[in-house]
Amino acid sequence: MITKDYVILAPQGMHARPATTLIKLVKQFKSVVSLRKEEKLVRLNSVLNILSMTAKCGETLTLVIDGEDEAAAAGALEVFFTEQLKDL
Amino acid sequence: MKRVNGIGVSPGISIGRAFVIERKTMALTGILLQGEAEKKDEIEKFAHAVKASIEEVEGLKARAEAAREREGIDILETHIELLGDPQIEGDVTVKINEEGKTAQDAVIEVIGSVVQLFKDMDDEYMSGRAADVEDIGNRILKHLQDMSETAGSANMVSGISGAGGDRPAVSKPGGFPQQFEEDTILIAEDLAPSDTVSMDIKKVTGFATQTGGKTSHASIVAKSRGIPAVAGCGGELRTIVSNDTIILDGLEGVVIVNPGPELLDAYLAKREAYRQNGLLLLSLKDIPAVTRDGTSVKMLANISGPEDMEEVFGQGGEGVGLFRTELLFMGRDSFPTEEEQFGFYKKTALQSRQKPIIIRTLDIGGDKQWPYLGLPKEQNPFLGYRAIRICLDRKDLFLTQLRAILRAGVFGDFRLMFPMISSVQEIRRAKQVVAEAKAGLVAEGIPYVENMPVGIMIEIPSAAVTADLLAKEVDFFSIGTNDLCQYTLAVDRMNEKIRDLYDPFNPGVLRLIRYVIEQGRQHNVHVGMCGEMASDPLATLLLLGMGLEEFSMGPSSIPAIKNILVHNSVEAAKVICKEVMEMDSSQKIQAYLKAHLQEIRK
Repeated sequence: MITKDYVILAPQGMHARPATTLIKLVKQFKSVVSLRKEEKLVRLNSVLNILSMTAKCGETLTLVIDGEDEAAAAGALEVFFTEQLKDL
Repeated sequence: MKRVNGIGVSPGISIGRAFVIERKTMALTGILLQGEAEKKDEIEKFAHAVKASIEEVEGLKARAEAAREREGIDILETHIELLGDPQIEGDVTVKINEEGKTAQDAVIEVIGSVVQLFKDMDDEYMSGRAADVEDIGNRILKHLQDMSETAGSANMVSGISGAGGDRPAVSKPGGFPQQFEEDTILIAEDLAPSDTVSMDIKKVTGFATQTGGKTSHASIVAKSRGIPAVAGCGGELRTIVSNDTIILDGLEGVVIVNPGPELLDAYLAKREAYRQNGLLLLSLKDIPAVTRDGTSVKMLANISGPEDMEEVFGQGGEGVGLFRTELLFMGRDSFPTEEEQFGFYKKTALQSRQKPIIIRTLDIGGDKQWPYLGLPKEQNPFLGYRAIRICLDRKDLFLTQLRAILRAGVFGDFRLMFPMISSVQEIRRAKQVVAEAKAGLVAEGIPYVENMPVGIMIEIPSAAVTADLLAKEVDFFSIGTNDLCQYTLAVDRMNEKIRDLYDPFNPGVLRLIRYVIEQGRQHNVHVGMCGEMASDPLATLLLLGMGLEEFSMGPSSIPAIKNILVHNSVEAAKVICKEVMEMDSSQKIQAYLKAHLQEIRK
């Protein structure tokens, strides 16, 4: 299992576009990927889940990845959170 | 004539005939399923309806892709994800299996409760997503309905409310007509995002809705497709009937019903002016500011806080040439703490898409006074205790601000700028305080930016004439023409009696500006300009000819200045500059530049 903290860089927070992009990215991997905000942990297989977290710009969220291809998934998600997200 | 006020969500003016969209609601059937076979059937029907819905949205998306409508594509992709969302599927399946509901009833209830969940969120953006969930729910219901109709058992009833709220949570889909007359303005309680993506904007020239706001997807799509829209008009919109004449002002957020001839004429003229301006903006927004002979110029914006960033990018700005930090210090009775400042700067950094931001340290004193500073009234405030002079004297204040800026820089691309520098010694002292701030952050283990570039405002004549010396101390210059002009000409810009003497085209001012730019280039120090002159179309070519690389101005001025730059060459600008520098009066200079500008505009 891999966990890592990320600051949400999307100016509008985790709104529809970043949420959709994230879900599509996660679907490419077999690992179970979840996102934790404070006590709330949601699985990243549902746009509704992400939207209902209301993660705002500047908030820190914890990414949890578990599965056989977790290293590859972590690499792709690192790029998503550090590079892609700010433009979404 | 009647006037309805709403929220302008997509700017522009549209004049046309109303088409009122009535929504029918899809009702709960109340039917309970008998036995496992029926349940299995309903689950299958649901799966088919979802599949058909996704295929339909894929089709809409293909159309949006062909038209390269980015916003529309994004929204439809979200809808595809929502249609296949495991949460919705799971809840619907439970309702069918465990409560014996029909697929239709299960979808109405599940979508209704999700819609309510979003509506109840204390966040304008999130509550706006209710419309998207409603939209996909309607699409599934439409397909369920189609299946029942082909099976010969339609069960449409109108007017029954869904879960919670004073309006139906789910309404009859397919009520949205595909064909419209020319110049139609849609009037509706609300429009589904997918309807706004697919509607024919050659015919529909605008819309007004009772509900919704700036962050509704329908509004976002309207904006990206360039059709005016007014949302949040409330119940007054119900008084409009189809074929009323409508003026829609998407900038002011006004809907005018059956206007008189004079008002109509005024708006026809306004619409034309807006079109012209809009065409200019549209043609320039995404192209870089590169002159005909290939020199690229940076178009930056002056801002006062994070909420200005959207406008900056909307007007085609490439970053921030001047972030005034005073806003946070105004209208309060004590200095903002380091944390408050950090939060404010960080928020701005996060809105910046990692584009450069030149952040100016406090420029107080002069015409900007705050009571809690406890500064005595001065005879000559502009020549007095202000800006960097206060900061170097009140090191506690300065340190606090520098720490906050260095920390916030982690979230963006900040460059630090000191105002009112008059000598090399002041820069060295300011940099000393920066070093102290960094040492403190290191000791406390707080993350910050170690190599933040440092620059100064050139706004005092002594700084301008010693630009060669100052260049060795900093990474960039930014020319502040307002103060430079008033100090060079000894003209108080607040004094009405001598207003005419305040003149940036005075040959003395121009010589100083040219010298600063020359010295900057010689010493490899970037030179920008963030004063009024940078946004004056009359000065654009002259400054380009002097070799200015960065223009920073209020965001709304960017298109007009960029328009001049992209249609001219540095070579021609150099000739203009050479001629202007030989002229002995501001009148001659301005007349000459005006003549040039008119020629270009032809």
